Order: sequence, then C-alpha cells, then structure tokens
Amino acid sequence: MTPSLRSLACVLASLLAASAARAQPAAPARFVPTQSEITFQIKQSGVPIDGRFRRFDAELALDPKAPQSGSVTISVDTASASVGFAESDAELPRAPWFDSAKFPRAVFQSSAIKALGGGRLQVVGKLDLKGSPHELVVPVTIVQIGAQSTASGEFVVKRLDFKIGENEWADLSLIANDVRVRFKLVFTGLGPL
Amino acid sequence: MDAARTPPKVDAESAYGVVAIVLHWLLAVLIVAAFFIGLSMVDLPFSPQRFRFFNWHKWLGIAVLLLSAARLLWRAAGHPPPPGPAVMPAWQMSAYRGTHLVFYGLFFVVPLLGWAYTSAVGVPVVFLGWLPLPDFVARDKAFGEGVLKPLHEVASWLLAAVVVVHVGAALKHHFVERDRLLVRMWPWWPSRRRA
Repeated sequence: MTPSLRSLACVLASLLAASAARAQPAAPARFVPTQSEITFQIKQSGVPIDGRFRRFDAELALDPKAPQSGSVTISVDTASASVGFAESDAELPRAPWFDSAKFPRAVFQSSAIKALGGGRLQVVGKLDLKGSPHELVVPVTIVQIGAQSTASGEFVVKRLDFKIGENEWADLSLIANDVRVRFKLVFTGLGPL
Repeated sequence: MDAARTPPKVDAESAYGVVAIVLHWLLAVLIVAAFFIGLSMVDLPFSPQRFRFFNWHKWLGIAVLLLSAARLLWRAAGHPPPPGPAVMPAWQMSAYRGTHLVFYGLFFVVPLLGWAYTSAVGVPVVFLGWLPLPDFVARDKAFGEGVLKPLHEVASWLLAAVVVVHVGAALKHHFVERDRLLVRMWPWWPSRRRA
C-alpha cells in the first residue's frame, strides 16, 4: 500500500469503529436502589429542611469509552417524598405540592452527555415534574469501587418552575424558590470511566 | 429609721429606671405574645399561617432570651430594684422574692427548652429568618417529642401562672392596699418625678 492509501484505510477504519460504537448501544448497567438516594433541601424562612424520595428508578446505558452516546432515565415516585414529619409528608402528594394523583412520576430523561474527564460528566436533559418539563444541566461524578459505580451530584431547581407549592404556598418569603437536589445512584455492570 | 412610721409613698427615689421599665414592658409584651401564639399555633391546620406562627413564636422566644440576659446584666451592673413598700408582711416579701426568682429562671428555661426541642426534632432556629442559631442538643426526635416538648409546655404554663400571680399581686398592692406600688414600674405617671 502506498502511504496515501494506508492513511485512507486508517480513516475508513476509524469511521467504521465510530459508527459501530454508535450503532451498538452500551449494555445497560444494573441499578441498585437500596444503596441509592435522592434527597432535597428546601428553606423555610431560612430554616433548612431535608427531604428525600423513598422510591425511584434509574436506567443507565453508558459506554465508558464513548459517554456521549449514553443515556440516563430517572423516574421518581412523587408520592414517596418525605421530609420526616408525618403531617408534612401527608401533604406533599396533594394538589398544591406534587399532585401525585395526577402526576405520579417525575421523569428526568437525558438528551446529551459530555465527558469532562476524571469521572465527571455533564448531563443535559429534561425534567418532567408535575407536567412542567424544564431543561436541566446536571454535573455528575462517577466513582468506581469494585464492581459498583456511584454516580452522584447536585443541582438546584426553582420550585415554582414546576408549580411545587401553589396558591398560598407560592409565597417565596416563606418557602424559598431554590430547592437543592442531591443524588447518589449506585449501579453495577458499568465499566470504569 | 423607723420603717413602720412613714406611710409608703412612691416617689422619684423608688421608681425603676427608664432602662428597667422599658425592658420590663417590652418583655411583658413579647412573653404574652409568644405564649398566645404558641397556644394557638399548635391547633392550626397545615398552612402558611401555621409556619409563620411557629417562626414568630421561635423568634419571640429568642428575643425573650436575649432581653432577659440584658435585663439581668443591667440589674447586676448596679441597677437594683428600688425599695418596695415600707410595710410588707414577711410572707409577702418571701413570695415576692420567690416569684421573681422563678420568673428569672423561667425567662431562660422556657425559651431554652423550646430551642432545644426544635433542634432535637431537626428544625433549627434561624432568628428572624436571617441568623442561623446552633443546635445545642443532638438530633433525637423521640427525645425532643417525648421529653423536651412536654417540659417546654409545662414550663410555659408555670410561667403563665407566675405572671398571673405577679399581675394579681401588683394590682392588689396598688388598688387594695393602696401603697402605690405600680407607680414604680408604670411607664408613665403624672406625679412621678425622676432624677
């Protein structure tokens, strides 16, 4: 082969490899719900109140060699929200808050994943909560320990973007608009990044 | 001096100073407000009003704590109460000392128990929605609900009872015994002269 032919072959081979990577979706990782958590913190007149969701599911398909081709879907049972006070927990699934009867699940669906190096990813996606889809940019760090991969991160949402706390509860001087969400999602079957 | 000789007349010498009078009435208003807000908030349904009442109740409690400390320091810094009525039975003197001792204890104990209770159940106090106060008890919901909350309630009712005794005694002195005791602490009195 002449040098130019050889380089052409190299280009073709890499193109083929790239298209193969795209065509072949990464095997989904197995989600370990018992070791995972999704928590949130609201501020009531400056007082931090910590809550969590008891039930949620995550599907992750991520090829460590090509994270940009991956996708993640997280589905949260809105009726499982708890702030640790029976009286408040009974209110959260009601219409002014999550309205779980009408919107039982909040779903985050990624649309783009960008590798930032060092196990860090930037995940862009849409959070559909209470019928109000909004785009989110979520920084994620994946740490691999043995067979387990832990994806964690935090982001801030504006509760009124999603109509969480309606009518008399929309008063931001009582409950702040910013809600900090933290997550720790544990998977197995994911290769090291 | 023969104490029993002169009928007591309260005048400039035996009135409280401005600082003590202001602190007394300010604390009276704050304590009564905290008591009745506390009493009504627990029966409110889950609503913004309930949250506001709880906030106000806590902020009033912290204010009572701070102002009581200021009041005690002011008193200790050379501003003792003026002498009382010259003629007073010994039992009334003991009752006076006792109620005021219990008062000062409860001015601290009641807010501190409330603060401890809310800390224990995991809702720290943020004074005026602005200044986060530290928790001085560990997070322990069962201890908070089972021990600190009832103690806070009992201490509050005890404070309310002492307030009733205090007000009753002051009115009795002034209107039944007519020893003009109230003039010492009344915010304004036409005949009272002050140096």
